[in-house]
Amino acid sequence: MATEATTNTTTGGAPVARSYWHITWRRFRGHRLGMVGLCVVAVLFLVAFLSPILANEQPILCRFDGGFYYPAVVDLVHQVPGTSLIIKKQRPYRLATFDFKREFDPERGDWALWTPVRYGPREIAAEPLAGPSSRHWLGTDQSGRDVLSRMVHGTVVSMKVGFLSMGIAVILGLVFGCIAGYAGGIADLVISRFIEVVQCFPAFFLILAVLAWFPPSIENVMIVIGLTRWVGIARFARGEILRIRETDYALAARSLGVRPAQLVLRHLLPNALAPVLVSVTFGIAVSILIEAGLSWLGFGVQPPDASWGTILRSGYENLFTAGHMIPPACVAIFLAVLSFNLVGDTLRDVIDPRLQAERA
Amino acid sequence: MLSYILRRLVTGLVTLFGISVISFFIIQLVPGDPAQIQTSQIADAAVSERVYQQLRELYGLDKPIPVQYANWVGKLVVGDFGSSFHDGRRVSAKIGEALWPTLSVALLSFMLTLIISTPIGIYSALRQGGGFDRSVSTGLYMLYSVPNYVAGMLLILYLGVKWDLLPFRGMRSDGYDEMTTLGQMWDLAQHYVLITFCFTFGNLAYYSRFIRQNLLEVVRQDYIRTARAKGLGERSVVLKHAFTNSLIPLISLIGLTLPFVLGGSVILEYMFNWPGLGRLYFESVLQRDYPTIMALNFITALLVLGITFIADLTYGLVDPRISYEK
Repeated sequence: MATEATTNTTTGGAPVARSYWHITWRRFRGHRLGMVGLCVVAVLFLVAFLSPILANEQPILCRFDGGFYYPAVVDLVHQVPGTSLIIKKQRPYRLATFDFKREFDPERGDWALWTPVRYGPREIAAEPLAGPSSRHWLGTDQSGRDVLSRMVHGTVVSMKVGFLSMGIAVILGLVFGCIAGYAGGIADLVISRFIEVVQCFPAFFLILAVLAWFPPSIENVMIVIGLTRWVGIARFARGEILRIRETDYALAARSLGVRPAQLVLRHLLPNALAPVLVSVTFGIAVSILIEAGLSWLGFGVQPPDASWGTILRSGYENLFTAGHMIPPACVAIFLAVLSFNLVGDTLRDVIDPRLQAERA
Repeated sequence: MLSYILRRLVTGLVTLFGISVISFFIIQLVPGDPAQIQTSQIADAAVSERVYQQLRELYGLDKPIPVQYANWVGKLVVGDFGSSFHDGRRVSAKIGEALWPTLSVALLSFMLTLIISTPIGIYSALRQGGGFDRSVSTGLYMLYSVPNYVAGMLLILYLGVKWDLLPFRGMRSDGYDEMTTLGQMWDLAQHYVLITFCFTFGNLAYYSRFIRQNLLEVVRQDYIRTARAKGLGERSVVLKHAFTNSLIPLISLIGLTLPFVLGGSVILEYMFNWPGLGRLYFESVLQRDYPTIMALNFITALLVLGITFIADLTYGLVDPRISYEK
């Protein structure tokens, strides 16, 4: 830190104030493995977001019966919540019974710009349990659906569950952690005890126990994972707040008459965020893992919807006839977990200036 | 020491109470009850209603929830977990049967972890930053990121199905009873291989790194310098003086890994058709078997609490520097 400050003053003339996150990002860029992890995360994100124009049974752009249509693009826009109320798919494409591939007639002057994978995740496209071929790169599943298309759309589920469930966990964890750390007394006692009790249970047991009684859906999975995983974050946040509360700048803010709520939100919390961010990054990996596991057990995403876990399950149920579904799903889960772990590990190294000094 | 144990026991009791409350209420929060589920298939509404009321009475569901909780805890104290709603068997008997398969794999995997990761950890610490240290830690890190059920699926697919090397369903082959004692042992051992591996490989990175880190810290201590100064051989310094002292923090790690072994066992045990606690839990959840679910939740949490407690105590016994008097 000290060296960076001096270089700034010598090169730029006037001292440049760099924000904490700016410095952190500069250090992060120096870690090759961390950057690789971050790139894989970005790619997974892109695949998830672009899934409608990567794998779809309807084309990106086409001429059909004299008109131009772009159904896959509309699907892409619909990824943003709420847009389906404003922008609607054009007439024939939004009908469930409409099969573009059958109606497609080149002699009429129809043409189409297809998505890279021409099959939708639910489309029954070929023979069931066919091995990899030039048409279906990863083969088909027990209902004859294209596995590659299902893998692409499974990414959406994993990313959504990973980020949204941790979002829930972060909000709950920060609120309770701040209350326990700042208020102390009875509130701290109750919250800390509660955290201790919950951490005695294997998380997967709790999740299964709750999830079993609700209709299985990805939303329920997200909520339940979030509800069981906030305790770790709360413990982290509490510890940080306890530490920061005693610092000089917290004392300074207090003596200036800053009110408690503002003190926590503006002065304490931002400085407690870095370690929380590390545990969130690892938490996303764990959530992705739990979701795939739950879907594998039949408690998560329900057929015909695709998720890495359900693909793995189809492979398990057809072990002797169609093992080709297992490796792709395994690789995807492994890559996602590895990349989030790499990012988390690098973040942990990078946000703590003391560690940096030791290494130098 | 005694006052510390007492203090810990008191807070432990509070935690235990919390555990019993959560074990009980997590089931109660949920809409519907097992009597309703069991009678939902009866077509005749009057019969259904009558059976429903009888079942509720039988299960004690007609009483107010605090009374139900008190009854449950009352029986819990004398070790009675009630009878399964599914097949009427004693819950304690069901759990007793499932305990050994899970525990044996956990112990086996734990021993393997220590046997493999200790030499790796020591060697990496001695050659810190060297080629071995770097390559092994990268390799183990990759392994650590392979989720255990993902590895399980791949092992089943390749070793179990494609190359047909190892069994992967249950603990025993068909015709186990006709085998000779030696044959039975061989058969059992084969069934343990894959599932034990799945529980083990992920821990290797964690443990070897942990041992390496602790050893590095201990090596910097004064008494190691003393040992070297009085002319002891490097071997003796590392193994006798440094390593034994670096083991202490390992005790707390054992307490921390246990809940993951128990919780992570659901998918793996189901995948390998292993008759352990994880599979029992999953089946009980599917069968809406309240008493078994509550008992399993309670027992696993109790195990975790107890082992953490014992780990903390042994910590003080092996390391006299730790003082429990505050």
